Amino acid sequence: MNIRMLVNGEPAELDVPGMRRLLDVLREDLGLTGTKEGCGEGECGACTVILDGQVVDACLVPISQADGSTVRTVEGLAGRPSGGQELKLDELQRAFLETGGAQCGICTPGMLMAARSYIDAGGGPDQDAIREAIAGNLCRCTGYTKIIEAIALAAGPAA
Amino acid sequence: MTIRTEPPRVARPTSTEAALLVPPGEVVPGRARIRSPLRREGPQKLTGEAKYADDLVFPGAWYGATIRSTEARARLVAIERDLAFDWSHVVVATAQDIPGDNIVSLISDDQPVLVPVDGEIRHHAEPLALLAAPDRATLRAAKSAITVRTEPLPPVLDPLDSDHVFAHYEIATGDLDAGFAAADLVLEGTYRVGHQEQLYIENNAMIAVPRDDGGVAVHGSLQCPYYVHKALKRAMRLSDTQAQVVQAETGGGFGGKEEYPSIIAIHAALLARKCGRPVRMIYDRHEDIVATTKRHPAVVTHRTGVRRDGTLVAQDIEVVMDGGAYCTLTPVVLSRGALHSGGPYRCPNVRIRARATRTNTPPNGAFRGFGAPQVQFAAETHLNRIAEALGLSPLEIRRRNVYRLDDTTPTGQVLRESVAGEEVLERAAEASEFERERDRTARARVERQGSGALAAAPLATHRERRASGIGLALAWHGAGFTGSGEVKLASVASIELTSAGAIRILTASTEMGQGTKTIFPQLVADALGVAYEAVEIAPQDTAFVPDSGPTVASRTAMVVGGLLIQAARRLRQRVEAATGGTFADTYARWASAHGPIRVDQRFEPYPGVHFDDETYQGDAYPAYGWAACTARVDVDLDTGEVLVRDVVAVDDIGTVIHPVLAEGQVEGGTLQAIGYATIEEMKLRDGRYLNDRLATYLIPTALDAPRISTILVEAPFSGAPHGAKGAGELPMDVGAPAVVAAIHDAVGVWIHDLPATPERILAALGAAARPAEPGREGAGTAAEAPTDAADTERAVREPIIGGTDPRPDAPTDPLPLRGPRNDGEAQWPSGERASEDPA
Amino acid sequence: MPVEPPVEVPRSLGEAFALISSAPHRPVAGGTDLMVQIAGELAPPPDRVVDLWRLDELRGIGLDGGVLTLGALTTYTQIRRSVLCREHVPALVDAAATIGAAQIQNRGTLGGNIANASPAGDTLPVLLATDAQIVVGGTRGERSIPAGEFWVAYRRTPLAPDELVLRIRIPLVGGRAVRFRKVGTRRAQAISKVVMAVAWREAGGDGRWSDVRVALGSVAATPIRAPATERVLERARPTPETADRAAETLAAEIEPIDDVRSTADYRRTVAGRILHRMIRDAGGW
Repeated sequence: MNIRMLVNGEPAELDVPGMRRLLDVLREDLGLTGTKEGCGEGECGACTVILDGQVVDACLVPISQADGSTVRTVEGLAGRPSGGQELKLDELQRAFLETGGAQCGICTPGMLMAARSYIDAGGGPDQDAIREAIAGNLCRCTGYTKIIEAIALAAGPAA
Repeated sequence: MTIRTEPPRVARPTSTEAALLVPPGEVVPGRARIRSPLRREGPQKLTGEAKYADDLVFPGAWYGATIRSTEARARLVAIERDLAFDWSHVVVATAQDIPGDNIVSLISDDQPVLVPVDGEIRHHAEPLALLAAPDRATLRAAKSAITVRTEPLPPVLDPLDSDHVFAHYEIATGDLDAGFAAADLVLEGTYRVGHQEQLYIENNAMIAVPRDDGGVAVHGSLQCPYYVHKALKRAMRLSDTQAQVVQAETGGGFGGKEEYPSIIAIHAALLARKCGRPVRMIYDRHEDIVATTKRHPAVVTHRTGVRRDGTLVAQDIEVVMDGGAYCTLTPVVLSRGALHSGGPYRCPNVRIRARATRTNTPPNGAFRGFGAPQVQFAAETHLNRIAEALGLSPLEIRRRNVYRLDDTTPTGQVLRESVAGEEVLERAAEASEFERERDRTARARVERQGSGALAAAPLATHRERRASGIGLALAWHGAGFTGSGEVKLASVASIELTSAGAIRILTASTEMGQGTKTIFPQLVADALGVAYEAVEIAPQDTAFVPDSGPTVASRTAMVVGGLLIQAARRLRQRVEAATGGTFADTYARWASAHGPIRVDQRFEPYPGVHFDDETYQGDAYPAYGWAACTARVDVDLDTGEVLVRDVVAVDDIGTVIHPVLAEGQVEGGTLQAIGYATIEEMKLRDGRYLNDRLATYLIPTALDAPRISTILVEAPFSGAPHGAKGAGELPMDVGAPAVVAAIHDAVGVWIHDLPATPERILAALGAAARPAEPGREGAGTAAEAPTDAADTERAVREPIIGGTDPRPDAPTDPLPLRGPRNDGEAQWPSGERASEDPA
Repeated sequence: MPVEPPVEVPRSLGEAFALISSAPHRPVAGGTDLMVQIAGELAPPPDRVVDLWRLDELRGIGLDGGVLTLGALTTYTQIRRSVLCREHVPALVDAAATIGAAQIQNRGTLGGNIANASPAGDTLPVLLATDAQIVVGGTRGERSIPAGEFWVAYRRTPLAPDELVLRIRIPLVGGRAVRFRKVGTRRAQAISKVVMAVAWREAGGDGRWSDVRVALGSVAATPIRAPATERVLERARPTPETADRAAETLAAEIEPIDDVRSTADYRRTVAGRILHRMIRDAGGW
């Protein structure tokens, strides 16, 4: 099946089986390994990406449904580094770095996408709202405490 | 009352602001400054650049899979291939292909890499054969083309029934009979804890790559490169250099990647050797849950004598742990369990008898806390029950019994320093306003007329929807390896200074989120007097780094960090003596003139620390960490559901090297303990795990997690150059008993079994029948799906069918690990039967 | 990387009907059930899949002549955000909010929940309690099946291989109240242990309930109504005595089992207690 998508702002065109998971297309066909597989059953959220403006589990989306779609992954949050050594971080990633919101890092890409979507939709520093926004992203390392702190920090002051 | 530790010091609670400002703190010679450099590998993790095992690309790699037993115990008669299948692109490896010993090298040589034909299968999901193929479709088809023939044998599934003992210990002091004779109250209790799955979000994964020298390099998710190295050498008959282990970025371990990766590494290596290509063994979640190690279930029985004022006079404790089918690390888990089973309390007359037995269930292994959380759940719950019986507050009874400086433990160890039990206890009570909260909940309980109403009319509701409670727990946790473990390990950590002026740390200690790669450069930079950014850390590759011992037992900061400080001091002295200037000003020039040097620091026994492994007498640990925790819960009075609202976690970790990372350990460990106490339930049937997917083995989400307030206390250990005692496991010991105590405070019942599920709570309240015991057979029963037409007819006419309610998302079919059944029994929801295909 | 069965992507409903008439195709909507089943190797994979996601004819929420109609591809997020749903069937909004979390709610569909026919489907008791009609159809035309006749046996529906769920019609009844409660193991991403929807009307002004519906999931092989319990509540006032009798009747009427998630006894007890609580809340005592 011929699939065309916009991935992190760049056009991608592939010929892959229609039932291939968006997760596998990203990781294997496009080499974007930032999105992770934690369970393959839509429970852990490690594969969270933003598809046409909404957070989804990429392990549950057959690529036939993403033809013509816009996909954002963790690799697209900040710009690409321009030849130099340092990786660029957006203010959300920076907040995670400063508060200690990432420990082992495996849940982090999915968590960042859930947080990005929440903030882009106008989400603020309210703890309960943040907890609900990331309820589909399991973390085993942090107890969620510093993740919530990071998202609150990036969301800015209460409206 | 003022409680001071020597020297009295409490780390400032960390706010984001504080983290950014890099407060200077005091600089004490030999002590790390309190500051929080940003996570060294943080940017890579935050941008998707970090490469975990499954992200690594090895061109031409094949995919590997494991054929596993579907029975708990059987004789393996044959492994047969369907000859109609095209095997020309598939490699099959069995026990016969193992060039070295068919043994997974660990403590006891009892676990095979693969069960040989005519050998005995000892647990469900035991590996029998391996397959590799160039693509996943071929691999899947090949799995279905293998048949395993067995003769079933009767399994032993109850650890209390098993007579095969992996290890046993007895610790005794004083005169137990005299103690009980002097007691005003004797209380007995039995407590049970079930399996707990580590549930790292990254599944186990290994990739084996053949080397030109006939060896193999394995890249994977792991905690202990040299454990894997040793196991590989033995099974694959390789030299030290032929076996190479390279840690990839690892997405969580918690002990679940301490010993298990050795097995996958050997499996992948066997396949790689046989097909001459790299082989990827990447577990999916289902296989990972079904096949890998879990926390040891335990049954702990207490018989305790106390005086009227609450002081302990006699403790008689029995611990039985279920080791599963093979020994793995069981003796060490049991050892730590036995040593911690009395709790952090002074008692003159103690007898502890601990044994671990074999059952035909998957082997259990390391999980954060390593025996201590199990026994301290029992000890703390038992003490809380004693307090209730005496009419004492849980805080007061602990004040009267907690170890103080110069007290003696049951092994005869005198606690000469670094004792902070009282301090953590008081700070937890103060921060949570414990006594005031308890008064409030007691008043509410009285108003509610208690839970009597539930027993009288189990289906009726109270006016109130929920009840609040607060609970308290206290624990100690021996720092580092038990007894002579650290001496036997003889770990080495090194620092090299290259001619180009790079300062590089060489250790086998792995980063898995706890912050190894951040604090090691921090400690070394402090000791050398250079900037944090000037210190690099080499990858954990056995080709380059020495054996610093495993990344377990909360020893990384304490022991290996300590070695690095000593190595750095020696390096600094060396350079400063040669140049006459400060290290920072002169090292680069000196190195370029002098050439590279490397300083190796080997572990030396802590002075004055002696333990006798035979008699189990002496200094079991060089020092202890101390933790206290309060938990506030709401219990739903209609359903028994528990919401843990907030937790105050107070942990003494000796020295706070990095407040943000240390808090992260406390917060993460606390939530794992909360999960252990509430929703992490593993049921078994016929020795097989039923909760074998993330839909059925549940860990807390952000909506279930409490607000966690962390207070870090410092009671430094003089034997470590920085005073650190380890942070990773301590928080795991107190969360569960605090939650169970809070449940009791809310609704007046003691739950003796973990997890304290709503089912157990309603049963304890008399509203429902008691569910099965944790960790043992019989928990949960399967059901059949009604499938025949007569049933359907009846269903349409009478919507309620008696009897059967199959699990909506049932655990997989009995042959999950060999691919789907091809017999078409399963049915798709559109009404179409999978086997019916009119086309 | 799981199995990847061949898939067709019809661009119109007519095209979809033609496909499924020609050969059995397993439909995929939001993927939150099918993709899990395929990846989990819970059964042999389907031979053919039809991807419904492009079929806008199956989307939309509208109100006409006292009937709220939802297209089969309506997602849980759309239900939660829909002003019509919030106003007219808040219990359905409550149910949608308890499913999974954001990622699942953005893709999971009402039609999928219905066709999947899990005994634990969280929206299904609401559909039973509101006398919803499931409209299915294909090349042979459309038919409307009452919710009470839809879930006939464990994961079995009356859908023929050449039919799809098209839309759901919920008749709006003046003065009807519908209450929903789900009990799961944790507060998000949880399959229910017990899930319940109760509907009634207070018509006469004397406080008595009429047209009572009590529907449950996770306590039988399918989502069910509890007719004996409904009879207890019909023409009754929400008093403590009524609540006690109803709870007792419900506990005796249902026959749940022990499974990986919970026990029969717990389900029976808790079903009774949450019903009791609903009646209590309504009665205000």
